[in-house]
Amino acid sequence: MSYPQDIRSIYGTQLDELRKQGIFKEERAIFSPQNADIEVEFPIGSAQKKEINMCANNYLGLSSHPDVIKAAHEGLDSRGYGMSSVRFICGTQDIHKTLEHRLTEFLGTEDTILFPSCMDANAGVFEAVLTEQDVMIADRLVHASIVDGMRLCKAHQDTYKHSDMAHLEDKLKLHQDKRVRLIITDGSFSMDGDLAKLDKIVELAEKYNAMVFVDDSHASGFIGKTGRGTHEHCGVVGKIDIITTTLGKALGGASGGCVSGRKEIVEMCRQKGRPYLFSNTVAPVVVSGALAVLDIISKTTERRDKLERNTAFWRKGLTEAGLIIKDGETPIVPVMLFNAKLSQDFAKTLYDDGIYAVGFFFPVVPKGQARIRTQLSAGHEIHHLEKALAAFTNAGKKFGILGKTKQEIIDMYGM
Amino acid sequence: MENVKDIVLDYVKQEYLEDGDDREIKYDTALITGGFVDSFSMVSLKVFLETKYNISIPDDKATPEAFDSVNNIVDLLKGFGVN
Repeated sequence: MSYPQDIRSIYGTQLDELRKQGIFKEERAIFSPQNADIEVEFPIGSAQKKEINMCANNYLGLSSHPDVIKAAHEGLDSRGYGMSSVRFICGTQDIHKTLEHRLTEFLGTEDTILFPSCMDANAGVFEAVLTEQDVMIADRLVHASIVDGMRLCKAHQDTYKHSDMAHLEDKLKLHQDKRVRLIITDGSFSMDGDLAKLDKIVELAEKYNAMVFVDDSHASGFIGKTGRGTHEHCGVVGKIDIITTTLGKALGGASGGCVSGRKEIVEMCRQKGRPYLFSNTVAPVVVSGALAVLDIISKTTERRDKLERNTAFWRKGLTEAGLIIKDGETPIVPVMLFNAKLSQDFAKTLYDDGIYAVGFFFPVVPKGQARIRTQLSAGHEIHHLEKALAAFTNAGKKFGILGKTKQEIIDMYGM
Repeated sequence: MENVKDIVLDYVKQEYLEDGDDREIKYDTALITGGFVDSFSMVSLKVFLETKYNISIPDDKATPEAFDSVNNIVDLLKGFGVN
């Protein structure tokens, strides 16, 4: 082993630079299950503090649901802790096949394959199904895991302006010489909380002979009348060729992801998807918990309905308080602050007031678009949201931004 | 006839400015470090140049530095005989 001082200093300098730029990430330690009420230590080593969590992807509040925990225990007892194998050697249990079948039914597709995460699904799917004869045409705001997956694939790449259908049409016309055109979008965009226009995208796909890929990680379980996702919301169930999604958000929040869609494409992933082939199977305990989640949300829409009511309450409350939020209807509600430092200071003030939310700024979001991203959960009760609204209002007063326009906030704090 | 510099500038404005974005882009404006173009959407600029001028720009030439201004892009194109 050789790790001399000059090598150590290469990394030390880079880390110092991140600190200087104010973009060094620090973890917060949570001492409780994931819930609306959590106990947090931040910075790690400081006193623990009770906080209302406004930034989890726990949209349906199922991460710590007793039925899910019970099913996970039963899975642990009956199928063990781990499989010590990838899927195709000796890592496939009956419950993995059952979960794939249940996800296929839930999403309204032809077939499904599990991956260790949706990051892995996105990293593997393009390379498994496309070649240099094909083209991937992506919305410019797709998730980073899609960008990485596209970079691993030999197919041509192009992009279109965020949700701009005229621009997408131009690109589809431009690439008519390719064998396969794949339109790539998130269903619900994770930073802005808006939904892809999947009905329009499907129309264009049919007109220009293209396939459609949707990452529905921030939608599966709660968007659409019965929570099937953005394709249900837009009335195009059965018309999306490839859906990737995660079990790590609304669907129990543990880990795991999948590619669901046309059966030949799913089979290509089983034969050639590298993260599927070379990474461990999803643990039995997680699979068992996920099956219980599907049971819960297939029986009743109660939780997604409550989430919808919470979202409406929260969006209305923030707007009436005089804060600027991104328009939309999803439980991802960005409170716009525009200035990076303001977003950090605002988040710190909220934390001191018992509200846990995180500020995002460049390069996670474009320059001048810093924000606090809030996320609602069916685990929130109205009293949680009332307390959070009071804290946001107090912070807004403290920084003098209530009722101010975007330009006025920028004039006060800069971009 | 429009020169290469203006063709590239027009494309960049049309491709990367959203409706209502009144920021000015000139020949020497920093496109990537200035926040107009990110490393992901830069691929569209490469597709445009390759299609328009019937050239193939290898990945080692299609760097963020080479694409960081209209002037830099024009210099890059000169290497492919596009003037």
